[in-house]
Amino acid sequence: MEKHNTEQPVIYIRDLYKSYYIGEIEVPALRGVDLEVYPGEIVAIMGPSGSGKSTLMNMVGCLDSPTAGEYRLEGQLVSELVDDELALVRNEKIGFVFQKYNLLPRATALENVELPLRYSRDPSRMRERSSNALERVGLADRMLHKPNELSGGQQQRVAIARAIVNEPAIILADEPTGNLDSKSGQEIMDLLIELNKRIGTTVVIVTHDSNIASQTQRIVHLWDGLIVDHLEEA
Amino acid sequence: MNFLPVLKEALNSIAANRMRSFLTILGIIIGVGAVIALLAIGQGAQASIAGEIESIGTNVLYVMPGNLMEDITNPQKLTLSDVSNLSNRARAPHIARVAPVIFSSTTITYGSDTLSTNVTGSTPDIQQILNLEIQEGSFFTESQQSSRASVIVIGPRAAERLTGKSSGIVGTVLRINGHPFRVIGVTKPKGGNQFSSPDFMIYMPISSMQMRVKSSAGSEEVDYIIVQAQDSQSMSLAIQETREIMRSSHRLTPRQPDDFTITNQEDFLSIANSITQVLTILLSGIGGISLLVGGIGIMNMMLVTVTERTREIGLRKALGARKSDILLQFLTESALLSLIGGVIGIAFGWGLSSLVGLIAANSGAPLAPVIGANSILLATLFSAAVGVFFGWYPAQRAANLQPVEALRYE
Repeated sequence: MEKHNTEQPVIYIRDLYKSYYIGEIEVPALRGVDLEVYPGEIVAIMGPSGSGKSTLMNMVGCLDSPTAGEYRLEGQLVSELVDDELALVRNEKIGFVFQKYNLLPRATALENVELPLRYSRDPSRMRERSSNALERVGLADRMLHKPNELSGGQQQRVAIARAIVNEPAIILADEPTGNLDSKSGQEIMDLLIELNKRIGTTVVIVTHDSNIASQTQRIVHLWDGLIVDHLEEA
Repeated sequence: MNFLPVLKEALNSIAANRMRSFLTILGIIIGVGAVIALLAIGQGAQASIAGEIESIGTNVLYVMPGNLMEDITNPQKLTLSDVSNLSNRARAPHIARVAPVIFSSTTITYGSDTLSTNVTGSTPDIQQILNLEIQEGSFFTESQQSSRASVIVIGPRAAERLTGKSSGIVGTVLRINGHPFRVIGVTKPKGGNQFSSPDFMIYMPISSMQMRVKSSAGSEEVDYIIVQAQDSQSMSLAIQETREIMRSSHRLTPRQPDDFTITNQEDFLSIANSITQVLTILLSGIGGISLLVGGIGIMNMMLVTVTERTREIGLRKALGARKSDILLQFLTESALLSLIGGVIGIAFGWGLSSLVGLIAANSGAPLAPVIGANSILLATLFSAAVGVFFGWYPAQRAANLQPVEALRYE
């Protein structure tokens, strides 16, 4: 990791806290997390359920604001932005890949990929950019198919095309292979690794599958709201 | 963000739940349809009444016995001497013509066919005053009037109903009260049929009427008097002259109120207008309530839609949709839904009013429903506004969803 020290990290998190409230009772989910991810890295975040994995992902994805602490995304302090500003950050800097694909059922693959561009400040050449993204994930011949006409692996490829169409700073994948058989799951992993190598997109994968995690450059273990040395993981 | 894809998406979403969408907008369809139909029928009725009244002429006024406003003891009957006083050109320079009228509902017989209709006895002047045009034969003359000739001029529809013929009726002999009358003329159809039916009317000399129909030969009494002013500009002067002459003719002292009433077409017209207006407002109110109920239906459906699509909303937010984008999307959907209801409602209302027009025409009271551009515009804008108003709360709820929670929603 020494080689990164001269570079600015894509994700820079310091002393991040997040608590939920059930009535009056405070339930801490993150208790002072430090994390740095450098450009071009492919990182896995692992941890059992209840470890704060999802909460950390929501923070990194700018879907939620921390209770305390600092989060810089490409140098921009995002931990203090308001709703609509966060929407813009999500739109331009983060490409989401979900476990359940989350495609619009009534829209074609192409229309699904176009969706982030429609909320973008630069909606130019929407068709062209979307079809390029679909070509890149190997679905050039499935552009006008609807999700229910595609296999699970193909649907997840559409979701990945949607994630990269805006050329984001990071791809944030939440259990991207969780709904797929092992063969399709491996194809998705191969695609993410290839995108990381070929285009240099930073990839953060949240998973509990150690086989998936082992294919990344670095694994971050989360335990009880804290990042721990991987040796402690049982 | 471009509005076109938003519109397309809203349409897709409505189309995806066709049955549900249709049931939801049924209230709007009925509401808009009712308002459109009622406005059309109301305007049609108004036009038809106005047309009928104006076909008689705007410079005609009626003198009737009695006073509706004040309590009169022993109002004097109107008489032929009142008529001759009014006909005095020196005293009434603004009056062009005066005609006495006696009026009777009788049964006319032709062979074995009978028809109950109204018979008007008057002087030949009534032809000019009421603007009666003759399509066959001629109107009765002064000499037929003084000789008490048994002649009648008949309305075209009465003639057709009795004889089954629409032409060649002149010369036919009809019986009224057992007395034979020869048809000497048929009037041209006038159309408009709301009050009396000019096309069903029968005209005869007042003298013949007194002798053979009313059995009141030699009587001075008339039912009412029709006065025609020189032109519509001299109406008010003609009314004033009529009143003065009538008062002196009835020998009223200055302290006694009028024992007669003068009305003119404009009075009738404004009464008719205010009746149809009240009806229109009343019925539109009922339509409005239906729109309100329809709007609540839309709100309900949109709330269900927002809940069903919580995950989708979360996804859109994750991909960068702002609150305003989500708000716009759902408002577009509800406005479009309501607008579609409005458009179908306009078609429905048009069909309904055409049907009423058809039924009216078949039952002998022609009525042409009028669907104005303004009522279409109003219905369109109003239904869209209903959609926006009732869609606001659900859309606001969608826009305020937290992305994290929305994405987690199952």
